[in-house]
Amino acid sequence: MHNIICIFKREFRSYFDSPIAYIVLTFFLLIAGYFFSTNLFLMNQANLRTLFGVVPLLFVFFIPAISMRLIAEEKKSGTIELLFTYPIKDTEIILGKYLAALVLIGVMLLFTTVYAFSVSALGDMDAGQAFAGYIGLLLLGAAYLAMGIFASSLTENQIVAFIAALAISFFFFILDKILFFVPASLASILEYLSIEYHFQNIARGVIDTRNLIYYGSVIFIGLMLASHMLSRRKGD
Amino acid sequence: MIQLSQVTKSYNGAKAVDGINLTIQKGDILGFLGPNGAGKTTTMRMLTCYMPPTSGTISVDGFDVSEQSVEVRKKIGYLPEMAPVYPDMNVVDYLQYVSALREIPIEKKSSRIKEIIGQCGLEKVLSKDIGQLSKGYRQRVGLAQAMIHNPDILIFDEPTAGLDPNQIVEIRTLIKELGRERTVILSTHILSEVQATCSRIVIINQGKIVADDSPEGLQADVAGRTVLLATLKGATSDAMSKTRSLSGVENVREFHSERGTIGLRIEIGQGKDIREDFFRLAVRESWVIFGMNQEIHSLEDVFHKLTMG
Repeated sequence: MHNIICIFKREFRSYFDSPIAYIVLTFFLLIAGYFFSTNLFLMNQANLRTLFGVVPLLFVFFIPAISMRLIAEEKKSGTIELLFTYPIKDTEIILGKYLAALVLIGVMLLFTTVYAFSVSALGDMDAGQAFAGYIGLLLLGAAYLAMGIFASSLTENQIVAFIAALAISFFFFILDKILFFVPASLASILEYLSIEYHFQNIARGVIDTRNLIYYGSVIFIGLMLASHMLSRRKGD
Repeated sequence: MIQLSQVTKSYNGAKAVDGINLTIQKGDILGFLGPNGAGKTTTMRMLTCYMPPTSGTISVDGFDVSEQSVEVRKKIGYLPEMAPVYPDMNVVDYLQYVSALREIPIEKKSSRIKEIIGQCGLEKVLSKDIGQLSKGYRQRVGLAQAMIHNPDILIFDEPTAGLDPNQIVEIRTLIKELGRERTVILSTHILSEVQATCSRIVIINQGKIVADDSPEGLQADVAGRTVLLATLKGATSDAMSKTRSLSGVENVREFHSERGTIGLRIEIGQGKDIREDFFRLAVRESWVIFGMNQEIHSLEDVFHKLTMG
């Protein structure tokens, strides 16, 4: 635990020591705010549906931008060699880095609660549903992030890591949008595998174990694969 | 004490290190010498638990690198090639980060950091980002990082690569100082470096150890014979045969020298020194010695001979 905290602290700070955190936060809030506010008055309902509609797609682009540096950067600069020789386990390295990026996503979402408060001032908002929606967004982000850290562990090139993460995330994002084209027998499987389907369930205000298990498994598999990629240095 | 027995490391079937046996005693300053790609870095990476050997065992103070890796890591300070330290952190923050990972107790942390800053001469650059430092200072930060937990064993991979001559001297002095009560293993392909710092040299080529001795021992061993170059005035043509009759001389040849002088290239048998006898001979024959110079085969020759087959 001590080691995870050490890694976490350094990672989290380095987001703010470089322009990444500021750029990602600014653009995310600008775009999310734009889509949220233009549609809000069109629909004329006091809920966060427009926000919850657009963030899953935004995450497909923004989370790879957060995750791309996590491991690729250290591989490129060689700093990871030192990390590998400190008394610390590979899984602790992965977890510390993962949590740092997750907290950054949390901060990003925290800023969007401004929208929630403004909506609740305008009309009678279902607070429970909004809360569930945020839990859902965090889980969704955590799942994308696990894919992103895996992508980052594949390469020492951050651009490649970004594109790989984008491709994997987009694949899981698109699954429930193509149900129309696949045979009915496959449809339910694809729907279960799709990342947004589970989010929309939770955003409706019902937190079901099925959905939690899905996100838990995606996160677990992503982190396991990333940690496996680190151990590949050990050779045959 | 570090013990490597039958250590082999292969990458995709190609052997980078091939059946190395080596025992390193406490207090040794061991120079690991070899051409690029000989297996120096691979061996060091196995010692530092970066990766385990494919076969064979490595133990450090009785702990196995594969089985008890955490114990081993705690005993070792490592500076990889090119000193990879985070460029976006400043020196103090970085040292605090490392000391946290190295589990230095909080109450001792600041005094230990202060101590290491003094030892490595980092006072002037404390609040600078490491990325802005010169190569020499970055290397010092790397050394500080390796020593912060006061390890018994220090492992440096090419510690002076890319430094200017002054920085090289500084880093060498630092390493020598550190090595007084520790075991130090350093790799290099600069020969004067091992001559200047090490008490023991291991030469590795194509994954195998080809020599293991003290610097002096290695020279004597491979050199075989010493050569004495003398320039004489007033010597007659029989100087060659008279010199040849001295005991210990194996061969004498003439070499081109200034006008009016004779140059003699005298090859001497192993372990012999004929300079005194030669001087007395010159006095007897009233030759004037203009110059006399004994050539010992340098480590360069040794290295060349051992690694070029």
